Amino acid sequence: MAADNSTTSLWRSWQLQRRVIFALLMRETLTRFGRHNIGFLWMFAEPMMFTLGITALWSIAGAKHGSDLPITVFALSGYSSVLLWRNMPSRAISSIQPNLALMYHRNVKLIDIFIARLLLEAAGATMSFFLLSLIFIYIGWVEPPEDILKVIAAWALLAWFGMALAILLGALSEHYELVEKFWHPAAYLLFPLSGAGFLLEIVPEGPRDLLLYLPMLNCVEYLRDGYFGSLFTAHYSVSYVIACNSVLTLLSLAKLRQVSRTVIPK
Amino acid sequence: MITVRNVCKSYPTRSGLKVVLRNVSFDVHAGEKLGILGRNGAGKSTIIRLLSGVENPTRGHINRQMSVSWPLAFGGAFQTSLTGLDNLRFICRVYGVDPESKVSFVEEFSELGRYLREPVGSYSSGMLARLAFAISMTIEFDCFLIDEIIAVGDQRFHDKCHVELFERRADRAMIFVSHDINYIQAHCQRAAVLSDANLTMFDNVPEAYEFYLAQ
Repeated sequence: MAADNSTTSLWRSWQLQRRVIFALLMRETLTRFGRHNIGFLWMFAEPMMFTLGITALWSIAGAKHGSDLPITVFALSGYSSVLLWRNMPSRAISSIQPNLALMYHRNVKLIDIFIARLLLEAAGATMSFFLLSLIFIYIGWVEPPEDILKVIAAWALLAWFGMALAILLGALSEHYELVEKFWHPAAYLLFPLSGAGFLLEIVPEGPRDLLLYLPMLNCVEYLRDGYFGSLFTAHYSVSYVIACNSVLTLLSLAKLRQVSRTVIPK
Repeated sequence: MITVRNVCKSYPTRSGLKVVLRNVSFDVHAGEKLGILGRNGAGKSTIIRLLSGVENPTRGHINRQMSVSWPLAFGGAFQTSLTGLDNLRFICRVYGVDPESKVSFVEEFSELGRYLREPVGSYSSGMLARLAFAISMTIEFDCFLIDEIIAVGDQRFHDKCHVELFERRADRAMIFVSHDINYIQAHCQRAAVLSDANLTMFDNVPEAYEFYLAQ
């Protein structure tokens, strides 16, 4: 049989990790959604219900978002983005302890547990956004995106941000219980600031520059620029988001490495 | 072969650092059966965890030149809301084994019948142990880690386990940890005694037992 650690090539490692993540992904999907009624379709049915609800509420209330934009595309782009970056950290925080026994299978690492969970979360939010866009475009409530590549790039950057933040907070929560206590109010308070409910063009220049320190706000503006950029003036910096994400990723992997050396399965 | 070299393990506690293993070194060759005797709390499970790789030593090296199992019949990694079958599929996927090829073996060996398709959370401890043992036998390893006696189910099931592990897999290496001399004597050629964080190796089991009793 193959030696365990002397002949581990990069290709073999990649195959192994893919296998482990797939196994975890299947396990997680079944655990969370089961086989009852619509089963794994809940993965995106749930975020779709959220987004639909918010869209309906905002449409009825005629939310003041500072322009005469069609409210549907505004709510769809805003709330889908929130679901993407906000739910991933919520799933990652305090997720190490309940899964620690899995580490008895030596090939399963903490990073695999996180990646499987986060992929599932991101897939749900993405499917929800994609399907709702298709439906709204089909029935004519929303115009097709003006620049689909921008939409995809913005979505990918936002998912990257969510994942890096999730792994960092998930790893930190293993050492500091306070992370869990603070995340809920922080996520709640960041929601109105994240650009889901307004466009930056209505914000005066001073506060606007401050707000642009929020990576998710940059992503939402970028996404909307791709979706309906001709209807408003977008403000964002892609390079700032990439820099932020890179730093977050580095910090999160470093912290996770440190945590994985110290956790003790029972 | 597994080589363990100068392995130290200590845990931080409120009253300072607790040293569980101090400069432990030994080898396990292919097909060899090694017993490790130790009283309660001597660090037997810590050795098993280090060998399985779930934890890393504080200092020293463990080099595995053969594949090493998870502690035999360990059921702690089961997801209780999933069925026995789903848990089997998960383990098979992790180790790159086709799950469907193992279903009939586990079905027959575990004697769980239709409960294999019920959530593991609804199992009795006996059923859980039978499933855990059956799943342990679906993945092939060069070296099995055996923590304490595998006393699972009734005599008939016990005999089945014996055949599956000690007869069909007689060519594999096995590392036993126990405080039961009879068990070690029945299966091992060599034994070691764990006491005061030190591991003392003996070439045969009676010598080890004598030392163990003198502790």
